[in-house]
Amino acid sequence: MPGFRDLLGATKQRIREIDPASAEARLSDATFLDVREQDEYEQGTIPDALFIPRGHLEAQIENRLPDKDQPIVVYCAGGVRSAFAADTLQDLGYTDVQSMVGGFGRWKNEGRDWITPAVLNPEQRNRYGRHLLLPEVGEAGQQRLLESKVLLLGAGGLGSPAALYLAAAGVGTLGIVDMDVVDASNLQRQILHNVDRIGERKVDSAKKTLTELNPDVDVVTYDVRLGADNVLEVIDGYDVVVDGTDNFPTRYLLNDASLLQRIPVVHGSIFRFEGQATVFKPYEGPCYRCLLPEPPPPELAPSCAEAGVLGVLPGIIGSIQALETIKLLLDLGDPLIGRLLAYDALEESFRTFKVRRDPACPTCGADAPPIVIAEYDDLCLPHATLVDAGASAH
Amino acid sequence: MAVTVRIPTQLRPLAGGASEVAVNGTTVGEALTALDAAHPGFGERLFDDRGGLRRFVNVFVAEEDIRFLDGVATPVTDGTVVSVVPAVAGG
Repeated sequence: MPGFRDLLGATKQRIREIDPASAEARLSDATFLDVREQDEYEQGTIPDALFIPRGHLEAQIENRLPDKDQPIVVYCAGGVRSAFAADTLQDLGYTDVQSMVGGFGRWKNEGRDWITPAVLNPEQRNRYGRHLLLPEVGEAGQQRLLESKVLLLGAGGLGSPAALYLAAAGVGTLGIVDMDVVDASNLQRQILHNVDRIGERKVDSAKKTLTELNPDVDVVTYDVRLGADNVLEVIDGYDVVVDGTDNFPTRYLLNDASLLQRIPVVHGSIFRFEGQATVFKPYEGPCYRCLLPEPPPPELAPSCAEAGVLGVLPGIIGSIQALETIKLLLDLGDPLIGRLLAYDALEESFRTFKVRRDPACPTCGADAPPIVIAEYDDLCLPHATLVDAGASAH
Repeated sequence: MAVTVRIPTQLRPLAGGASEVAVNGTTVGEALTALDAAHPGFGERLFDDRGGLRRFVNVFVAEEDIRFLDGVATPVTDGTVVSVVPAVAGG
């Protein structure tokens, strides 16, 4: 009956080893795989290493590292577990695997670069467990969400579901801009609020709901009307803005300010039984003015307060906005940049249309004048262009 | 050419509630003019005084915005789907 030494010896015959100095030279091309236990990893690890405890290796590696020809340097604390892990990886078909002799202990003793990784606490690991199971999110992605800042314009129909899902997902900072108070007629669709909150400021009601849902989230409230005087200051520092406002002038104002600050905007809008969503990424995709050079006159575009809206509709569109936001934050998939998603609730159909950057766009086009943030007239034109248009018309 | 025009909810009352109307035309402009002939009221919602498409209405041939094709002169063929997508701002 062979003992441990025999087993290790036989395993080492089948694998290749690498010393830390040679391994360091491969930091740029090889994937470093840390197969130690959680508590060891938390004490320190090699930067950008993939962490999979050896006990989960067989089950997780193919999802986390689908390319079996990718070079791998596998390490543990001293070089024993990594030898067995390297053998397993070869059995699974990985073609270029090396086990680091002396492990992380020797790496660290030799003064090579290491970091203490930001890690989730046990409560967070449980709360976000379903995210952690997704290789596309994982612990690094969840950390990124917790460090992200998203601003929601409006705590109404669209803002409610978007804020709830973003808070549940663990987006660390949620700013909310709304100057209204909760009215009973809001409750048909604005699911952040409830009967007890009627008469309360919407931002305060939103903060209570979101904090009860997820205490990890820092909710920053702005009980203001978004205007030319404050828009740049309010959106400053956010990674993404979720546009759930209810009027054209604010949407144009946000567009111009977000271009100036280069902050992507996840757009949603609803009317009766139809909704639209898209993503405006400044200077990479089209902007709101490329899609809609001018707003319709008020008589042709009644608001939801005048024309009505099915209460579930903002639930669909606001949820899509939350999803697109998370995709932007985690750099996942294909966001709705340059595509307008149009939802028809009566038909139960989704259609997408291409939206192109307009070379002649008055705000993001090549020849656009410098953007000036100002209060807009009925045409919602940017200030500088408005002056030009007025001059040529007279 | 038989073309299908898709009508947004807010304009469906003009078409007796229909979500799609089949019309004839060889360009987007002809198809929309035929739509107005069959269901009066569309013309003033879609076109300005000079016959140009209003700037707050987006019209797509299949997935493409006609502003980036040939505008109302964009040709259509049998089976083309023309979608009228209005600006909405509700939240």
